[in-house]
Amino acid sequence: MKRIGLLLLYSLSLLVSSERGVLNPGVAEAGGEVNLYSYRQPFLINPILRKFTQNTGIKVNVMFADKGILEKIKATPGAADAVLTSDIASLNNLTEARVLQPVKSTTLEKNIPAPYRHPEGFWYGLTMRARVLFVSKGRVKPGEVTSYEDLTKPRLRGRICTRSGKHVYNISLFASIIAHKGEAFTRRWLKGLKANLARKPSGNDRAQAKAIYTGQCDIGIANTYYMGKMQTNEKKATQKKWAASIRIVFPNQNDRGTHVNVSGGAITKRARNLVNAIKLLEFLSGDYAQKLYAGQNFEYPLKTGVAVHPLVKSWGEFKADGISLATVAKHRKTASKLVDLTDFNNFKKSSRN
Amino acid sequence: MTASTNSPAWPRRLCGSFPTDPWTVGTLIIAALVAAPIISVLLLATSPSDGIWHHLVSTVLPRYIQTTIILMIGVGICTATIGIGTAWLVTLCNFPGKRIFEWALLLPLAIPTYVVAYVYTDILEFAGPVQEILRDFFGWKSGSDYWFPEIRSLGGAIAMMTLALYPYLYLLTRIAFLQQSASLLEACRILGRGPWRAFFQVALPLARPSVVVGVSLVLMETLNDFGTVDFFSIETLTAGIYDVWLNMNNAAGAAQLATVSLAFVLTLMGIERYSRRKQKYFQTISKFQSISNFPLTRGKSFLAFFSCLLPIVLGFLIPAGVLLVYATQFYEESLSANFMLYARNSLVLSSLSAGLAALLGLFIAYGVRLSGNWILLAAARFASIGYAIPGAVLAVGVITPLSRADTALNNFTESIFGISTGLLLSGTIIAITYGYLVRFLALSYGTAEAGLSKITSNMDGAARTLGMSPTKTLIRVHFPILKGSILTAAILVFVDTMKELPMTLLLRPFNYGTLATHVHQFASDELLEESALGALAIVAAGILPVILLSATIRNTRPRHDSHERTTP
Repeated sequence: MKRIGLLLLYSLSLLVSSERGVLNPGVAEAGGEVNLYSYRQPFLINPILRKFTQNTGIKVNVMFADKGILEKIKATPGAADAVLTSDIASLNNLTEARVLQPVKSTTLEKNIPAPYRHPEGFWYGLTMRARVLFVSKGRVKPGEVTSYEDLTKPRLRGRICTRSGKHVYNISLFASIIAHKGEAFTRRWLKGLKANLARKPSGNDRAQAKAIYTGQCDIGIANTYYMGKMQTNEKKATQKKWAASIRIVFPNQNDRGTHVNVSGGAITKRARNLVNAIKLLEFLSGDYAQKLYAGQNFEYPLKTGVAVHPLVKSWGEFKADGISLATVAKHRKTASKLVDLTDFNNFKKSSRN
Repeated sequence: MTASTNSPAWPRRLCGSFPTDPWTVGTLIIAALVAAPIISVLLLATSPSDGIWHHLVSTVLPRYIQTTIILMIGVGICTATIGIGTAWLVTLCNFPGKRIFEWALLLPLAIPTYVVAYVYTDILEFAGPVQEILRDFFGWKSGSDYWFPEIRSLGGAIAMMTLALYPYLYLLTRIAFLQQSASLLEACRILGRGPWRAFFQVALPLARPSVVVGVSLVLMETLNDFGTVDFFSIETLTAGIYDVWLNMNNAAGAAQLATVSLAFVLTLMGIERYSRRKQKYFQTISKFQSISNFPLTRGKSFLAFFSCLLPIVLGFLIPAGVLLVYATQFYEESLSANFMLYARNSLVLSSLSAGLAALLGLFIAYGVRLSGNWILLAAARFASIGYAIPGAVLAVGVITPLSRADTALNNFTESIFGISTGLLLSGTIIAITYGYLVRFLALSYGTAEAGLSKITSNMDGAARTLGMSPTKTLIRVHFPILKGSILTAAILVFVDTMKELPMTLLLRPFNYGTLATHVHQFASDELLEESALGALAIVAAGILPVILLSATIRNTRPRHDSHERTTP
């Protein structure tokens, strides 16, 4: 009992001695700050937020989490002014839950092209990445695969790798196919893709590159920026080898274009620091931030005229699918259900034939 | 903490008016506070869920349930075999290295399950060093030339969780074995039973309450795991909960699935309780002279040595070693300016929660024992099922009642004092601490309950007859016997909160980080190496209490030949 008492006393004393902010919610203060919930990792956004504070004098309070932010906003409206997300899924979920407010800003509308923002201004995309094919340089001939549709061709049997069909990036890709080609087609397509898998859908996007390097499969589905992260990995030189063994194929260049996804930002309905929150989004859509924010993660800036990172540029120009992401997002639920219906993740080698 | 002492009958039963003594009322209040988030998840489950069930039942739900059951059975059997087996060996057998194994067997507790999974996937997958060496050696070209077990599989998940979770069982069964009277075992041996039968017919049945607590903790942890099953793409109920919640944007449907998995746990617990409804497990004989250990032959010593060594090597040395290698290469990336601050935050939060959880767990367990009232027992059990709910879902459950309380508090202080308290509860670390208590009360309550269940009520009777109040009885009589159990509870909660992630992420205030959240920001971006230093710090912070725990446990065995004080 004594020891536990001491332990409690010790921790309480540390608590009291620790700096302001721990027991101070810091949300009731007005002016001079903006409260931000972020689905993006701190190490990605901190440098740019520091710059924002330097430029404007507005302090940014951040809480990063990957699940439950929506519910937290619902329960404590007004605690956060803005949200940064890492993809379209959470932007769409937040919009559907009606916890956002539409923002009218000529700066934002000028900087961010229409397909990559909500038509009524509920959210704005900030950086873009394409969901492309990583293909083996040696084992996949140029022109052998040129579209998502090609992935179901019988000649690719046992040659494709991907992460879980339920991962948000794959769900968005499948949703885009539903948006263009309908549910029935997508269901058949998923079945065909499953039949061509080399292994159970698993791992992350880099793991697919690794699998191609080691010869487990020839084609992987992945986001572009992972290529950059592998190519520049000085510490883990093996990843450079993975990257060197593959090239990027941008699918559907002859028709609708490659599926893209965005990271984005939005403003909560009950934001207390509305002006500052809008300033933050506008800053993130501006030249300086676009270059830094996109370049740091090897993504594409959305503002036209902003220079693409040289490495990203080296993968080649491509035509992006011009469909509105808000439309794609509407099909995410159906996409998720189709993954269940086709039993996509339950791939077994023996069951292929 | 004074209590009414003049109750005529003990233990009291529910007859006539409901007892209103401080222990009963206190227990009910604590149980209600801890149960509030669980209830808010259940309430969420009552809102309409968009016809999701039809889809789930006709597609994936049968497989979710099947996978979950296989996973739980697998992890349950494997952890029980390793945990109970090693506990028996180090407590009652003599073989080289036993003194070191006593504490070293606990070390895997300090490593988060998902870290174990990451490390082994790196080593054992097709592109990993093991298969690479095999391919080079045998000249195999591709995966179709040979067979190798797939790590990202149900079997792999069972193995990973077993390595990370068996210490719960080891810990609890070892305490039970230590507290068993030597004379029972000796009687058994004198009557001609071999060591195996002594184990199966006497020691194991006597340890049953502890084994049950251990197994149910392991099963709840298995059920709520998301990190490992997600990484391995195993479709369990929990994976399904997250899928419905995040991909289908259907929180109500997710809460309904969570309710199903809770029903699962409650049924299991109910069956177990029912099967031993007429049994009580008291240690009535007080002869605790040192247990005469079973001498082992050379061959058996060798076997015992390796049986204890293997779980430590696989569950601790290899993963910790890999982390250490990464950490030395990548310390610059992870040693940010805030690292020490995060470490301090982690320590403060964990010790605060551990102390509170141990005290509250003991309070409830004793309150239930005092009243003997089924309502109290049911309330306490209900309050401790938060452990089975996936962390992020429970975190959402925590926010709702907290924000209500914030509004009420704010309105109250504004009307009386004209001061706005803002989000005093949900916007500060009170939220995380509360969340930890909700999630980990099962650990401390279970441990305290298992400890108390082994003390015969005659002890209480004697103390009370001699004029002690219930509080005094607890402090003077039970506490010295329970010291080991209570410390175990505190340290289990400490180590678990150090590793806890989903609740910490969501419930923390702005600009606040812990070691676990620091590790997560890299790990979630596929940068295990950069997160290694943080992960290693969590491990290091966990090791010290674990060793301390082991030393204390060894001393919990009451000794008649020592001059140690027996009162606190």
